[in-house]
Amino acid sequence: MSARERREALTGYAFVAPSALGVGLFVLLPMLLAFGLSFTSVNSFGQIDFVGWDNYRRMFADPQFAHSMRVTALYVGVFMPGVYLTALGMALLVNGDLPARAFFRTAFFAPYSVSLVVVALVWRYLLSDRIGAVGTVLRSVGVAPPSFLGDPDVALWTVTGISIWFLVGFYMIILLGGLQDIPRELYEAARLDGAGPWRTLVDIVLPMLRPTTFFVLILATIAGLAGLQAFDLVYVMTQGGPDRSTSIGIYFIYEQAFRFDQFGYASAVATWYAFALIVLTGAAFRLTGGGRFGHDDR
Amino acid sequence: MATTTARRTRHTRGAGPGRARRRGLRVRRAGLLVLAALVATVQLFPLVAMVLGALKGPAEAGSRHLVPREPTLANLAAVFDHVPFGLYLFNSLVTSVAVTVLAVGFGSMAGYALARLRFPGREWVFGAFFATLLVALPVIIVPLYVVVTRMGMGNTYAGLILPVAFTAFPVFLMRQFYVRFPRDLEEAADLDGAGYVRRFFSVVLPLSRPMLAALGVLTFLTTWNGFLWPLIVARDRSLWVVQVGIATFQNQYGGDWNLVMAASLLAALPTLLMFVLLQRQIVESVATTGLKG
Repeated sequence: MSARERREALTGYAFVAPSALGVGLFVLLPMLLAFGLSFTSVNSFGQIDFVGWDNYRRMFADPQFAHSMRVTALYVGVFMPGVYLTALGMALLVNGDLPARAFFRTAFFAPYSVSLVVVALVWRYLLSDRIGAVGTVLRSVGVAPPSFLGDPDVALWTVTGISIWFLVGFYMIILLGGLQDIPRELYEAARLDGAGPWRTLVDIVLPMLRPTTFFVLILATIAGLAGLQAFDLVYVMTQGGPDRSTSIGIYFIYEQAFRFDQFGYASAVATWYAFALIVLTGAAFRLTGGGRFGHDDR
Repeated sequence: MATTTARRTRHTRGAGPGRARRRGLRVRRAGLLVLAALVATVQLFPLVAMVLGALKGPAEAGSRHLVPREPTLANLAAVFDHVPFGLYLFNSLVTSVAVTVLAVGFGSMAGYALARLRFPGREWVFGAFFATLLVALPVIIVPLYVVVTRMGMGNTYAGLILPVAFTAFPVFLMRQFYVRFPRDLEEAADLDGAGYVRRFFSVVLPLSRPMLAALGVLTFLTTWNGFLWPLIVARDRSLWVVQVGIATFQNQYGGDWNLVMAASLLAALPTLLMFVLLQRQIVESVATTGLKG
């Protein structure tokens, strides 16, 4: 190795070191620990006992865990297609022949600029049973408003709807990028063939948009499962209730670990969660041939 | 699309069926505009309602009408009287600035090294970063808490800042950026005999300003708006960030919607201002980081 090469290598190591150390300590180490902790019983005082498969046995026998998984599946099952279709509609709207497109793009995206805690508080205000604006509007057109956050049959859909409202602008921007990559000539060709807006959408836009669509669906599935946005909403709006109807997976993990001090049990649930995420993203990447992450035009 | 339509309209001017088609287009355009206005109302209304709610006096706080008859700014001051809101804001500011500086600084250094500098084990190190890219916080939240408290960083600023600052995302994003960075700009610096460190800091970094700004703005926004990690790691009230502060505020003043909305408005104000001032950059950085990250 020449002196010059050695200097380059040393600089490389020095540049990578802080990030490598930090990510190793705060991401990689917890990743490895997560699996280990799931075989132990740990409390908040740091006492650790090895308990074998106990946490997993308990998990599969726990009706609250099963219920929480059902809630998570319902949430993701509605959130993922819901946010995609709404975002696609918005992207098509602002990509087309619309006056004041820049204004509308900003307006659609605006909810994303405030925090989810603020979002949760504002929607609690708008949905409150007595003075909420949504109920007032519904009553004025003769519809009796449900108790959006108090009815176990409604609360989860309220949280799902607000998650979509919050994130839809983000996915709209990504889909808009995909739409703008479609060559103009294709639209022109479709028009000369006498294709209307619907045919153009089905025969040209959707096929051309397929990579972006896959990417957005994967992102939305991970976001829905990981449920960070749902956690903030659930924590502030419902605390997992009413009747555990909004107890999504991430809230269940939080509750077990940080309310009931069941660190080992929470780790088992988190490991199960990681497994589900890996299987799902693995399947998605296999299907899309590596998605967009693999490519590297050096 | 706009130009296509213009051309189409000119082509068909005067002809009978063309006029019908033009009218059809105009109706369609108006329909789309109405639809867009409706959607925009749904997206903006809650934010407007927050501002209006924050301006209601105590007498109007429990009323149904949205627009305050006698708007007042007293609620904003009252929030500071009821809870140490200034401290919450300060904690959020310190945390967000520190996280942004660390993530952008170290992220760009590591990203540059992984893209441009040759050293043994580079692909292996990149693989390790990449493997953690999709790790979701819920999966590691418990062991992360154990690691951070074991290191004595529970209830400290370090505990609030470091785990948020060090993720694979900025490293990955900056690496992808530097892989596409034109080489000749750097090579000019090489001819001057500049060392690798100086080359990076005096040539490469200044030229990557737009990307650094995009990453910085996005990091600041997400850190300021983050809730789960600060909620867990900072149990001590003196370390609460503003999101934790307002989430707790509603437990005490839940019925006083004017106060709750005033606290929400104060918490949202910095990011709302950033959004209004930097909206184009934010949208663009979501477009680039969303697509590549």
